[in-house]
Amino acid sequence: MSASNTPAASPRRRLTARRVLAWCQQNANIVVGGALIGLIVLAAIFAPFIASADPYQQNLSAVLLPPSWEHPFGTDDNGRDIFSRVIYGAQISLLEVALSVSIATVVGVPLGIIAGMAGRFVDDVIMWVMDVLFAFPGIVLAILIVSILGPSLFNLMIAIALFAIPIYARLSRNVTLGLKRMEFVEAATALGVPRWRILVNYILRNSFGPIIVQSTLTAGTVILSAASLSFLGLGAQPPIPEWGAMMSQGRNYLGVNIWMSLFPGLAIMITVLGFNILGDGLRDLLDPRK
Amino acid sequence: MHAYVLRKLVSLPLILVGVSLLIFISIRMLPGEPARVMAGPEATQEAVTAMTIRLGLDRPLPEQYLTFATNALQGDFGESIRSRLPVWDEIAQRLPYTLALAVTSYVLAIIVGVPAGMLAAVYANRPPDYIVMAFAIAGASIANFWLALLAMNYFSVTLGWLPLLGAGSWQAYILPSVTLAVLPMAVIARMTRSSMIEVLSQDYIRTARAKGLPASKVYWSHALRNALIPIVTIVGLNFGGLIGGAVVTETVFNWPGIGRLMVDAVRYRDYPVIQGVTLVAVCAVVIINFIAELIIAALNPRVRFD
Repeated sequence: MSASNTPAASPRRRLTARRVLAWCQQNANIVVGGALIGLIVLAAIFAPFIASADPYQQNLSAVLLPPSWEHPFGTDDNGRDIFSRVIYGAQISLLEVALSVSIATVVGVPLGIIAGMAGRFVDDVIMWVMDVLFAFPGIVLAILIVSILGPSLFNLMIAIALFAIPIYARLSRNVTLGLKRMEFVEAATALGVPRWRILVNYILRNSFGPIIVQSTLTAGTVILSAASLSFLGLGAQPPIPEWGAMMSQGRNYLGVNIWMSLFPGLAIMITVLGFNILGDGLRDLLDPRK
Repeated sequence: MHAYVLRKLVSLPLILVGVSLLIFISIRMLPGEPARVMAGPEATQEAVTAMTIRLGLDRPLPEQYLTFATNALQGDFGESIRSRLPVWDEIAQRLPYTLALAVTSYVLAIIVGVPAGMLAAVYANRPPDYIVMAFAIAGASIANFWLALLAMNYFSVTLGWLPLLGAGSWQAYILPSVTLAVLPMAVIARMTRSSMIEVLSQDYIRTARAKGLPASKVYWSHALRNALIPIVTIVGLNFGGLIGGAVVTETVFNWPGIGRLMVDAVRYRDYPVIQGVTLVAVCAVVIINFIAELIIAALNPRVRFD
C-alpha cells in the first residue's frame, strides 16, 4: 500500500483541507492531468451548451474568417464555426479512446493472463502472435488494417485497438507471472481454491493498478494515432468534426487561414498532455516501491 | 552471451514469418474478390480472371503463401497496379529518402535530447530541470503533423525562408527532420534525465568529485557512460516509432519516401505496393530492433541473464 492511502484507511483521521492540499501537492501530476482531462470530458458532455453553433452548419457567406467575438476560433472553408467543431471533436476523441482502449483491454488482458497461467506451449504461441503484432509500427499496422476494412471512424478504432492489444497482453502476462509466485496465490492453490477463482479474485484484481496506468498512457497514443490517420484521410471522414480530419482540411489553406489547423491541434495537445501527465501521476501513486 | 544470441537468432525468423503471414492473410481478407478489387471497378470478367491467374489466387492458400514468401525473399513483390512498375523498384527508388530523413531526425534528436536530459539531471528539481521537462512532456504530446503545418505556415509561407514541399535541396530537410525529431527528442531527454539522476547518486561519482575532477569530466565521461544503456535501449527500440512518424511527415511535406508511397497506395487501392512496403518497413524495424538488442546485451550483462 502506498503511504498516501494509509490515512484514508484510518477512520479516526478526518479529511481536512490541509490534508487534501498536502495530498494534492504530493500528487500534483494527478491533479493537473485530471483537471485537463476533466475539462475535455466536460466539453464533450456539455458540447451542445458550450458550442455557439451547429458544428455541421455551413455558411458560405462567412468562410475562412479569423477569430472574432462571434466565432472565437474563426470559421473554416465551408463557413462552419471552428470553435463549435473543436468542442464537438472532444466527443469523437473520447469515443476513440473509450472504444479502442476497451477492445484492447478486453482482448489483451485475458490473453496475457492465460499466457502467464498456462503452460509453456500456450504461452509461447500467444506471445509469438503478440510479438508479431508488436513488431509493426502502430501507424503502419493501422494503415494496413484500414486499407482492408476501408477508411471510416469505426474501422480506425478497430485498427488502433489491434495495435494496442499486445501492450496489454505483455503487461498482464508479466503481472500474472509475478503474482503467480506470491505466497498468497500459492497458499490459495494449496488450499484447493478453484483455478478460475484464483484468476478472478487474485490475479485480475491485482492487475487493475498497472492496467489503469497503462490505459491512461495508451489513451494519449490512441488520440495521436487516430488524429494522424484521419489527417491522412484514412480515418474519420469529412464532415465529421474529428480533430485530425479538421487539420487535413486546414492544410489546404496554409498562409490563408492557419486557425483551421491551429485550434484542433491545440485541442489534441491539451488532451494528450492531460492523459500523459495523469498517467505519470497514477504510475507514481500506484508504484509499490514507494 | 552465446545462449542469449542463439535464443534471439531463433526468434528472429519466427517473427519475420509471422509478420509476412499477417500481411499475406490481411490482403487475402479483402472484402469481396481480391482480384476484382485489384483489377479495378470497371474490369471485365476476363480481366478479373486474368488477374486471378496472374496473382496466383486460384491456387491453394499454403501454396500462395510459399510463393509469396519465396518471391519476397528474392525482392520480388509483384507489380504496382497503378504504375505497372515492379514494386521493389518503387521501394528502392524511395527508400533512400526515408532513410535520410530518419537518420537526420535521429541524429538531431540525440544531439539535442541527451545534453538536455543531462542538464535536467544535473539541475534536478531546479528551474533548468523544470524547463527541459516541460518541453519534453509537451513534445511527447504534440501531433507532429500539427507542428509541421505551423512550421510550414510560418517559415515557408510567411517568411519564405524554407521550401514548402519536396526534397529538392538540403534546406528541404530542415522542417521535416525537425518536426519528426520532436517526439524521439522528448523521449530521449526524459530517459537521459532519469538514467543520469540514478547514476549521479552512485558512490563512484562521489569519488570522482572528491578527487577533484572537473564537473564536465565527471558528467561527460563518468556519468554519461554509465547512463548510456537505457539511452541506447530507447534509441534502438524506438526506430519503429520513427518510421510510423515518417509516414505522416512524408505526406505533409510531399516527401518522396516509402511512407508517402504507402499512403498513396492505400488511396489507389494498390495492394501489391501496400503489401511490399509494409513488409519491407516492418522487416527493417524488426532487424534494427534485433541489432539494438544485441548491442544492449553486449553493453549490459544483466540483460543476457533475464
